[in-house]
Amino acid sequence: MSQITTDSLTLIPEDSAAESAADRARLGATRLLRTLLRNGKAVAGLSIILVFIALALLAPVFFPGDPARITSAGAAAPSLEHWLGTTTKGQDVLGLTLWGARSSLFVGFAAGILSTVIGVLIGLSGAYFGRGLDEALSLVTNVFLLVPGLPLLVILAAFMPPGLGTVIVVLVITGWAGSARVMRSQAMSIRGKDYVAAAQVSGERPLRIMVREILPNMASVVMTTLLGCIIGSIGAQAGLEFLGLGDVNTLSWGTNLFWATSDGSLMLGQWWIFVPSGLAIALVAFALALCNYAVDEITNPRLRRPKHATKSTAATTVARKEEK
Amino acid sequence: MSFLFRRLGFYLLAFWASITLNFLLPRLMPGDPVTRMLSRSQQRLEPQQVDALRTMMGVDGGPLIPEYFSYLGRILTGDFGMSISRFPTPVAEVIASQLPWTLLLGITSLVIAVILGNLLGILAAWRRGGFLDSVAPPLLVFIGSFPYFWLAMGALYIFGINMGVAPMRHAFSVGLVPGFNLEFILDVAAHLFLPALTIVLVSLGGWMLGMRNTMIATNSEDYILMAEAKGLRPHRIMLNYAARNAMLPSVTSMGMSIGFIVGGALLTEVVFAYPGVGYQLLAAVQGLDYPLMQGMFLTITAAVLIANFLVDLVYVRLDPRVRKG
Repeated sequence: MSQITTDSLTLIPEDSAAESAADRARLGATRLLRTLLRNGKAVAGLSIILVFIALALLAPVFFPGDPARITSAGAAAPSLEHWLGTTTKGQDVLGLTLWGARSSLFVGFAAGILSTVIGVLIGLSGAYFGRGLDEALSLVTNVFLLVPGLPLLVILAAFMPPGLGTVIVVLVITGWAGSARVMRSQAMSIRGKDYVAAAQVSGERPLRIMVREILPNMASVVMTTLLGCIIGSIGAQAGLEFLGLGDVNTLSWGTNLFWATSDGSLMLGQWWIFVPSGLAIALVAFALALCNYAVDEITNPRLRRPKHATKSTAATTVARKEEK
Repeated sequence: MSFLFRRLGFYLLAFWASITLNFLLPRLMPGDPVTRMLSRSQQRLEPQQVDALRTMMGVDGGPLIPEYFSYLGRILTGDFGMSISRFPTPVAEVIASQLPWTLLLGITSLVIAVILGNLLGILAAWRRGGFLDSVAPPLLVFIGSFPYFWLAMGALYIFGINMGVAPMRHAFSVGLVPGFNLEFILDVAAHLFLPALTIVLVSLGGWMLGMRNTMIATNSEDYILMAEAKGLRPHRIMLNYAARNAMLPSVTSMGMSIGFIVGGALLTEVVFAYPGVGYQLLAAVQGLDYPLMQGMFLTITAAVLIANFLVDLVYVRLDPRVRKG
């Protein structure tokens, strides 16, 4: 109810309904950002991600030269000289992990951003133009959603020439559908709002309406989808490389784990070789998930943590209403 | 009924799309897969078999349309060609011998994760801000952030190598004859425990949070208030009123996540050397066994589509609105 009244109220006094909608959305975006920085989960998540990005950027400073070169005897346990020990081949594990962060984060973010952009394009245009185009786009989206991701990743990666670009393309092919579906349903609900109709009546072009009126109003959904896509891409990339389908010559967390298993360090009990890369993937994914939950909580107040725990003996809703 | 027919038509379309992709992929990609494959297989193939492979992969430059129809026909009769890494076994035979183990692992872990996750979600939403609601979500999200296979490696390292309490590889002990007796079933269960546990742990958080969030929305519905006002027991309101309605999105997402669980199961199998499709997948990748990879892709897709149809059947049972609509 309140949604409808505020919409119609703001529509009347402004001279240009279209401008006000875009402005309101921009205000909303800055407010979202400010609220994010006050949310504990978001701050924790963002800090972890920033630390990882900084470490990835500084890898050449800490470990200059080729990180894959052999620096000591094989499979040394963590020591002062090699903080995280060395691999079976004698490479420094900390160096491999830091250097691995570069391509893992790059591929994860690139594939995540690309999947989201494609999802936004397809979802938005389907929802805006409706009818035949929407039917066709939804059908393609749903087919891609149903086809199991990992086997599809495997055959795509196996047939394409190996390399970083292939990994990104393959991840985008398997990853865009999920975001397109979310975008479409969100855009559908905004499509029916009064200010979109007002913009259409005032003769704005479809592209402008989609980008200036609809898109800014789904900023939070785009954000959660983007975070989800990045998490998915990082995980899928690791899985792909773990199977040996990435480029085994690029250093990344996934290839580190691939070499750890193919060198048999797990069976030999050399935990320091496979723990750091996996932990790094988990920490980044966890940090992104934290940001995601923070955005969810901010946009859906019902999910926020209640100040007081509900005891099993607490008054029920009915009893509280009776007290009043 | 029309709902189910529509879904069935859609699944058939999805399967057709997968077959077509499978057909086009080796034909559109640069390079010659057969030559790459042959250099790995150390020339064990007869010349006629190489020719058959070339036709199958479409690198002999034959006409596309007739080839496409003969390909469709072959796939629909279950002829996926010969496996290279396990030459000369037909691909269909290789997959058939391993699919049951993947199904066992996948279904067991999916069912446990769904039931446990939904129950936890119901309880957490019912006692907002309580112990379960504040401790479990962040913990499970953290565990859920680990790649399946890495958690599997950790579990194998701790329980298998360090403590030696869990079997380290295969689906049952060497020397045991498969049969329907207690000894064999217990042995299979022991081998299943760790792989299933890692999949359950990773996927539990998603189920719990999904259920919790819809339950929170359902709890503020008027009919819950009405049920309380009628003086129904809280237990009954929680399960029959709130949870039953909150479950619908969970069932829908179950269909979606089956494919995801399968992917996790494949990677987990690799770590535990569990003799399912995933374990064979690794061998297929290493041996550049394209026919086997493609056969696996189609089989797994078919399995996921069938599972989705089963979920639809459940959904129709749960939501009377689709039955009428």
